Amino acid sequence: MTDSKYFTTTKKGEIFELKAELNSDKKEKKKEAVKKVIASMTVGKDVSALFPDVVNCMQTDNLELKKLVYLYLMNYAKSQPDMAIMAVNTFVKDCEDPNPLIRALAVRTMGCIRVDKITEYLCEPLRKCLKDEDPYVRKTAAVCVAKLHDINAQLVEDQGFLDTLKDLISDSNPMVVANAVAALSEIAESHPNSNLLDLNPQTINKLLTALNECTEWGQIFILDCLANYTPRDDRESQSICERVTPRLSHANSAVVLSAVKVLMKFMEMLPKDLDYYGTLLKKLAPPLVTLLSAEPELQYVALRNINLIVQRRPEILKHEMKVFFVKYNDPIYVKLEKLDIMIRLASQANIAQVLAELKEYATEVDVDFVRKAVRAIGRCAIKVEQSAERCVSTLLDLIQTKVNYVVQEAIVVIKDIFRKYPNKYESVIATLCENLDSLDEPEARAAMIWIVGEYAERIDNADELLESFLEGFHDESTQVQLQLLTAIVKLFLKKPTETQELVQQVLSLATQDSDNPDLRDRGYIYWRLLSTDPVAAKEVVLAEKPLISEETDLIEPTLLEELICHIGTLASVYHKPPSAFVEGSRGVQHKRLPATANSPDASSAAAVADAPPAVIPSQGDLLGDLLNLDLTPTTTGPTPAVSTGIQMGAMDLLGGGLDSLTMIDSVWVQVWVPAMKAKGLEISGTFARRAGVIQMEMTLSNKAMSVMTDFAIQFNRNSFGLAPAGPLQVLIPLSPNQSIEVTLPLNTVGPVMKMDPLSNLQVAVKNNIDVFYFSCQYPISILFVEDGKMERQVFLATWKDIPNENESQFQIKDCHLNAASSKLQGSNIFTIAKRTVDGQDMLYQSMKLSNGIWVLAELRVQAGNPNYTVTCLLWVQNT
Amino acid sequence: MLYIKTVGAIFFRFTYGLTLYDGIYFCLRVHRSAGGSSVALLPFWRQCWQSAAEMIHSLFLINPTGDVFLEKHWKSVISRSVCDYFFEAREKAVTPENVAPVLQTPHHYLISIYRGKLFFLSVVQTEVSPLFVIEFLHRVADTFQDYFGECSETIINDNMVVVYELLEEMLDNGFPLATESSVLKELIKPPNILRSVVNTLTGGSNVGSSLPTSHLSTIPWRRNGVKYTHNEAYFDVIEEIDAIVDKSGMTVFAEIQGVVEACVRLSGMPDLTLSFVNPRLLDDVSFHPCVRFKRWESERVLSFIPPDGNFTLMTYHVSSQNLVSIPVYVKQNISFFDSGSSGRMDITVGPKQTMGKTVEGLSVTIHMPKSVLTVDLTATQGNYTYDLTAKVLVWDIGKLNPQKLPTLQGSLSIQAGVPKPVENPSLNIDLKIEQLAISGIKVSRLDLFGEKYKTFKGVKYVTKAGNFQVRT
Repeated sequence: MTDSKYFTTTKKGEIFELKAELNSDKKEKKKEAVKKVIASMTVGKDVSALFPDVVNCMQTDNLELKKLVYLYLMNYAKSQPDMAIMAVNTFVKDCEDPNPLIRALAVRTMGCIRVDKITEYLCEPLRKCLKDEDPYVRKTAAVCVAKLHDINAQLVEDQGFLDTLKDLISDSNPMVVANAVAALSEIAESHPNSNLLDLNPQTINKLLTALNECTEWGQIFILDCLANYTPRDDRESQSICERVTPRLSHANSAVVLSAVKVLMKFMEMLPKDLDYYGTLLKKLAPPLVTLLSAEPELQYVALRNINLIVQRRPEILKHEMKVFFVKYNDPIYVKLEKLDIMIRLASQANIAQVLAELKEYATEVDVDFVRKAVRAIGRCAIKVEQSAERCVSTLLDLIQTKVNYVVQEAIVVIKDIFRKYPNKYESVIATLCENLDSLDEPEARAAMIWIVGEYAERIDNADELLESFLEGFHDESTQVQLQLLTAIVKLFLKKPTETQELVQQVLSLATQDSDNPDLRDRGYIYWRLLSTDPVAAKEVVLAEKPLISEETDLIEPTLLEELICHIGTLASVYHKPPSAFVEGSRGVQHKRLPATANSPDASSAAAVADAPPAVIPSQGDLLGDLLNLDLTPTTTGPTPAVSTGIQMGAMDLLGGGLDSLTMIDSVWVQVWVPAMKAKGLEISGTFARRAGVIQMEMTLSNKAMSVMTDFAIQFNRNSFGLAPAGPLQVLIPLSPNQSIEVTLPLNTVGPVMKMDPLSNLQVAVKNNIDVFYFSCQYPISILFVEDGKMERQVFLATWKDIPNENESQFQIKDCHLNAASSKLQGSNIFTIAKRTVDGQDMLYQSMKLSNGIWVLAELRVQAGNPNYTVTCLLWVQNT
Repeated sequence: MLYIKTVGAIFFRFTYGLTLYDGIYFCLRVHRSAGGSSVALLPFWRQCWQSAAEMIHSLFLINPTGDVFLEKHWKSVISRSVCDYFFEAREKAVTPENVAPVLQTPHHYLISIYRGKLFFLSVVQTEVSPLFVIEFLHRVADTFQDYFGECSETIINDNMVVVYELLEEMLDNGFPLATESSVLKELIKPPNILRSVVNTLTGGSNVGSSLPTSHLSTIPWRRNGVKYTHNEAYFDVIEEIDAIVDKSGMTVFAEIQGVVEACVRLSGMPDLTLSFVNPRLLDDVSFHPCVRFKRWESERVLSFIPPDGNFTLMTYHVSSQNLVSIPVYVKQNISFFDSGSSGRMDITVGPKQTMGKTVEGLSVTIHMPKSVLTVDLTATQGNYTYDLTAKVLVWDIGKLNPQKLPTLQGSLSIQAGVPKPVENPSLNIDLKIEQLAISGIKVSRLDLFGEKYKTFKGVKYVTKAGNFQVRT
């Protein structure tokens, strides 16, 4: 006897029959009838008309019948809200049943009935169930809170269920903890700003304890939750890692990958020289390899994630190349992913093996896969320079097969190889030209035309070849047309005598007979260039091209970081941030990897840059500020630190020791923008005053994979009106892994706005990739002008005139004054007078800020005591 | 009633929603771009606007002909038309195995697995862990297998109500509830003929009425009160060799996927310890949750309270860095002639590293190039078949006799007028060696604690070819 009997129908009409059976007196018949109803429901038939009859069967002692009715209710309550109310009483009663199974079942089902009227009745039973003595009921109730929140968030908050849920994190039963975490995470997802999962070391400890004891699914919830936590320091980070690593040996691959996520994230905080760091790296490889022996669907997700992991930490899998070798019967989606990772892992050490494999794949059946394999050979050549020659000869072998799509792919990648290694493999051009006629794909045709144009001087019949393409100019795709135009112009510039006619022809085709604006524009530009200044045309068209970068398909570092935080999710499969594609994700927070233990916290720089602009202070305020904020040593502590080094704000130069004044260049150089925050651009630098000119001395380093150009810089308004005196002089494009030192002269005539701290400077640097913002602090000494030496009389008079409120006193400790005077003068702090009173040396100094504010100082030195007392006076000269 | 209202305007995209009848929105999307405007009318369910945050929203089971024969919705009903996106992808893929497991549609994600010629297709709406979903789907398929002995459309249709009860019990609001076979079986009794007869006579039910004892204990995989008259514990160490061997017979890549399957029928709460002669071989392992990881880390023994019945105790992976023995070699020569539409084939299989055991169940599968029409071959041992449509040649050899090596040779005929095939056919080897774990792993002893009865114990070893491929 099977359930298929439930599908048989009779002539009278199924619904009618069922109705009669549901109202039957016989229990057995009733149950069979409900089963028939459920069976119809499962295949998508509409049996909602039976609602009242089915609900009537609800009050029963038979658990199976009850379950079936509940199943039905969940499906149809939404369409029959008024009828569903009838069921409420039974639910409430069931929530008090002595059998925990029934209590849990009732609370679970009630949560699934998405009818507003019913949810009101749900609150009381739910509150009881959350505190039920049986953990099974509590765990079910925890999930119910999440369900209820989805229906009516306000109600859940008003009823205080969220707090109860938070309490459940400390429950004695690990399964309850896991479900509470899952429910809270779900609720938190729809309220990104609520601080629901307030993770602190205590809760983390509870979660880690529960992690060992709950079910595999619970472990996933807990691990995903742990991944959102930012440990306080590297020690905490390590201890969490230690407790998470056993999960790597779990049979459930989702547990493994969630554990990998936690480890990858927390590893960021560990110092690289730590022994444990190395151990952890070693421990990560085997579980990742194991994932590849699972079912193909799991393999696919694992591979997409491994792709991210090898980009972030290639060292983990560098010895495991072989597991990514493609097997004949792998599904195509697995094959393509494996190929991608093989390229990423390719290095000089294993390139021979990789190439042998790729060559093997190029003879497979699947066209997409073969194409990708051929392309991969080209990528190897570009990535591993030593292998370029072997790659080229492999590609030539493949061209000899004359298999059409193989030849076309090979030509496309050879073009790339030419761009990476110019003037090295031109000997193969002859072979390529033999296959000219078989090329029918635009990309391959364009590549071939590019090659002919680029090496026109070495191909004797270049004009004939290009002319042959020109015949069907209008049938070509835009890509080919553009390429053909450029190639013929190149040819003309190289061999002007024979090709004049050809170039005329292509220019008129492009400008007069084409309706493609890009093509027309390019045609006109060439035409005018050639007609006005052929020499300039030569310089432009035949200019040396930047070498193509190693890997163009690397994920941009900030995105990669975010994706690493999302290992195991859909985002990691699509390699897109979750905010980019998940519907209804309300304001997803961008996750970031924690900073390494000793690196500056760059994210706070961004925060400073976002700070709202302050009101421009009046001169008097500024004065007070200089006095109260910066001259008093007590304020040095709590200034919002941009990074540890810059903490020595404005006047700290005095508090921090005089040596810092003259050692600015070497001591104060620091990284303003780390590469990972600016798409590969790293900016470090310092400020200096040289020969009366304030300079910003920067080092720009390109740590990305592509060339950077078009640099420009701008300052936000700042306290002293600092502004660039000229454009940023970066004339040559910045190639990958190249650094350039730039000196930017500054003036102080820019717009003024009071900043906090006073010497804060917000800078925007633009390049061809994006605009990056950072803020830095400059030593106030750069603002001390050269004519800050005050006449003695003036000094004396002024000293007396300055009111007391403009006075500030502090101590400098451990300083050696022998060379102080000259050092100070180097920084435009001039010693006006010196006298000795009661065994104390007094030094009187003056300095003048670029905005006309005078600072007068008295340095008092007790003989034999390395501590000095400084009295500073501020004076604003009326101008 | 038909009214139009602007739902939102984001950059160049305007979305209008028209309510056609209660519950269904039609979404009109106007794309403004340089090339003009395009308008698309997309129907979808109201729920899409509400953003539910649960994990698995719905499950569809799809048979080989592409019909949905079961749907289960854990929250709200999603029209089965969402499967159309999947069917589209299915059509594009040449074979069902090649359908990508994660698909993106405008409003949902479709995550699917392919098991026993059926697709298990789940619909999710929010950012989830796809592995979580895939693992869960496999668990559903495993459960069907466990309950009904197979996982096919017929058997699922025959047990529709049990299936539905199971699905309801396994997932609540997208959270897995009970996926352990031991727990499920106490909640919902597996069908068998005797019980259905008894139930019909007595009006009994197949739904358990009390809370499963193991549900919340720290050992959810085992129920209380297990009792056997014969207490036995058997372990199968099964190793599969995954290898790629190149033309010249060199091993390009080889690894061993090992699994220890257990069949434990012991009364009470037995605590077992399984130790190996050479546990050093096992550096990459995944365990059933019952295994105590700490003991393994410190002593390299498997200490566990076993689930009742059959389960996978451990899987392991002996990587390519260790030397993997290859039990057989294949000498092959497949060539196609430039002139005339024919080719020749000559294959010989011989023993390589078999540790003195006999290789059984040997067979060779060759995927021929598409242009190979027929084959005319002679086998010195076993039979061969050639599937004309799939172009697959299967040579079933059987037991390998080292004294008389089996060969298969003859001619291949190729479609006339077609250039000779460029791709090289690939050979897949299947074989079995009893009483041998090719990695050399050996169980040294099994100890039982906590219970005092006589136990029958046994360990069986077998080595198979997994994905064993020879290139030509």
